[in-house]
Amino acid sequence: MTNRLAAPEVSRRGLLAGLGGMTFYFAWATDGFRILPANADQPAQLSPWVSIAPDGTITIRTVTEMGQGSSTAIPLMIAEEMDADWSRVKLEWAPSRADIYGWPERNGGRNMSISGSRAVMMYWNDLRTAGAQIRRVLMTNAAEKWGVDPKTLETKPSLVFDPASGRQFGYGEIAAFGSVPDQLPKIEANELKPNGRFRLIGKSIPRRDLPLKVNGSAQYAIDVHLPGMAYATALHSPVHGNEPESWNDAAIKSMPGVVMTLKIQNGVIVVAESFPQAIAARRALRVKWSKGKTDAFDSVRAVEDDYAKILDDAGAPAKVVYAVGDAGSAFSGAAKTYTNLYRSDYSYHAQMEPLNAVARFNEAGDRLEIWDGSQDLGRSRDLVAKSVGLKPEQVEVHQCYLGGGFGRRSLADYAAEAAVAARAARRPVKLLWTREEDIANGMFRPITLQCLKAALDGSGNVVGWRHCIVGDDGHLSLVTGGMRISSYYNLPNQHLELRNVDHGIRIKHWRAVAHNFNLFAIESTVDQIAADQGLDPAAFRLQKMSVTPKARRCIETVVTMADWSAQRPAGRALGLAISERSGSLGACVVECSVNRTAGTIAVHKVWMAADGGTIVQPEAARANVESGIVYGLSAALHERVTVRDGEVEQSNFGDYNVLRMSDMPEELHVAFVPSTAAPTGLGEISTPCMMPAIANAFYKLTGKRLYHMPFTPERVLAALKT
Amino acid sequence: MTTFSVNGRPVSFDGDPKTPLLWVIRDHVGLTGTKYGCGAGFCGACTVHINGRAQRSCQTPVSAVASAKVVTIEGLSPDSSHPLQKAWIAAEVPQCGYCQSGQIMRAAELLAGTPKPTREEIVAHMDGNICRCGTYNRIIGAIQRAAQEG
Repeated sequence: MTNRLAAPEVSRRGLLAGLGGMTFYFAWATDGFRILPANADQPAQLSPWVSIAPDGTITIRTVTEMGQGSSTAIPLMIAEEMDADWSRVKLEWAPSRADIYGWPERNGGRNMSISGSRAVMMYWNDLRTAGAQIRRVLMTNAAEKWGVDPKTLETKPSLVFDPASGRQFGYGEIAAFGSVPDQLPKIEANELKPNGRFRLIGKSIPRRDLPLKVNGSAQYAIDVHLPGMAYATALHSPVHGNEPESWNDAAIKSMPGVVMTLKIQNGVIVVAESFPQAIAARRALRVKWSKGKTDAFDSVRAVEDDYAKILDDAGAPAKVVYAVGDAGSAFSGAAKTYTNLYRSDYSYHAQMEPLNAVARFNEAGDRLEIWDGSQDLGRSRDLVAKSVGLKPEQVEVHQCYLGGGFGRRSLADYAAEAAVAARAARRPVKLLWTREEDIANGMFRPITLQCLKAALDGSGNVVGWRHCIVGDDGHLSLVTGGMRISSYYNLPNQHLELRNVDHGIRIKHWRAVAHNFNLFAIESTVDQIAADQGLDPAAFRLQKMSVTPKARRCIETVVTMADWSAQRPAGRALGLAISERSGSLGACVVECSVNRTAGTIAVHKVWMAADGGTIVQPEAARANVESGIVYGLSAALHERVTVRDGEVEQSNFGDYNVLRMSDMPEELHVAFVPSTAAPTGLGEISTPCMMPAIANAFYKLTGKRLYHMPFTPERVLAALKT
Repeated sequence: MTTFSVNGRPVSFDGDPKTPLLWVIRDHVGLTGTKYGCGAGFCGACTVHINGRAQRSCQTPVSAVASAKVVTIEGLSPDSSHPLQKAWIAAEVPQCGYCQSGQIMRAAELLAGTPKPTREEIVAHMDGNICRCGTYNRIIGAIQRAAQEG
């Protein structure tokens, strides 16, 4: 890999202008960093990652922040290898330039998408390498000044020093006289710091966003105010795919403050002088919608009945997701087989900040600025540009804090609406979906039916595995992700299959995506086999499931944490499950009780052990895993969207129940399995562990199995009667 | 014309008296720490103090605060020095942070009336405030910490 960077130049964007000093522009390319000459055709295309000012201030760009702490963790990785004094580091949002600020994709492109809890994981190698290159450049400059060999120099936080003479230069001093070479020094992987030498990584450096989040000063997109701004909201077709044919336009336009109405493909936008006026107008809209194929859709009927018919239909189109060994022989020669059906319902992201964005065109109408709390600035820019017929380079998306993402904010359909409204209104527009709109026009975790089959040999070892899922994969692995078990159960004969459906319902990644319902099915079945053999569920996994070493360590860690074999208080029992997501492995134990009259399950304690490789920010990572636990508990016990006649039946937090404080386990225990491997994703590892662990604890308490998530009182009571 | 005070400064609003206080605070006064979460009183993200009581500003018409003293998260302390704000940072409570203004304002009401709340009292008082990042146990810990140190 040839690593190069551009000659220093004051940013034309003005974001870092006036600092002077050294500016490090990395233009990422397929073969690593690439130099962009200062006199290139488009010098304005240069945009820096890192700048060092003569006063010693170091400015590092960062990408996004939806609560997981990566806005601190990402620049921390550069600062670590730079040997920067963190107290002198300032952070700024990166512009929407995936070619510069993206992580490397397998196909050679760059991507700013922060999803799958992979921010630290995806930037790990490149940003540490970049930091090491900057450090080397600073040392080389100092060495030239002193007339010594750079190899004899060392660094302390933001200082280059010469052990032979005791001389030293602050990074700011070097920035005042130094220069950045056309070609960056090459850094080999073994020249990066070993874990034992980290000063910042692994030390739980306070998150930079926290002080802003206790006094109201953190800026979310909804907080952006521009001069002359109008306020907009939208009413979308209650049935996805249908279009507005007509509406009571005159009545709406006569309402106080209404500036205009605007037809978009799937709805009507109202622009007004204030949000209350826009929201009142939306409420008064009476729209005649076109008819479409989704009008007749009923999600309860689909998941209860229709999917079972697809499963029973031997001729139904099927796609092999993964196969290894010979599952057919494993089943035909089995001493015992299992067949279980599991179901799951739609689930809504319910991020606390309803979707919104601010849009502003320039006078000529050929430049557009967007303010968005985005999980994917690059994609947001592309989508918004397309929606108003501009090229991506004519659009700048300004990052804001995200009031929750959970997968929803990687698609900026709402920002595109803001752009369309701003163009039509010829003034800046803030467009906000009401909570009701956010749900009605939501994009959900898909409904599924799963058939799981296991084949056992004469010794009770699981030797064959078949998993068929019926659901809408959406070309994004929205139901097939998380079917693969080989990273924890390395079973010899497996056949995983998808039977795809498409209802026209909007579906989307939802924290841990398909792992939620797939792990529910997988780990419930494993628990059942263990119980049938009279074996402890932890011991069974370790002995009979060809468990991988990484999974073994997680199980062994969590059973120790939970004191797994100890007696529990009367009426309480433990359930255990494994989880896998974004390269991480985990195991959890939950302590539950059941109210047999009300049909409610209480979760009193949770223990989670996760192997996420090197942990860059342990306290933030712990908080993230805790958050994933709560999200998983909420999904397992409460969250359910139903669609009837094509329309979402839930409308707000009154009928879409999310976990509240009174539902909380009194104890959450999180531990990381020690590792020096590269980091893997942690924000979603705990979420899909909750559903099977609760179901398995329920079995321990009642002798009954749960087969349909969420575990509503109705389903719990029905299970108790079986 | 409705007149009242926000964080000690006089405010007058001559728009529709039914306008929810939330939007007056955010878009007329320009204090955006108070958040819109559900617009229906379910989530608590819009919680402010009205004459010392924690109220949902999305459910409060501006006419109802005539002559009242409204305090928002920006007015809880001049410099983030309220014991709860300090405890929130020490316990690393916020994640996405969107609900936290409402959580802190709700908790401040609790400590004003019950300086040493039990865990049960905290849960009962805070249960109406949703945190989708699930920071609830850290919130409980931070309130207990503020009660001890405040």
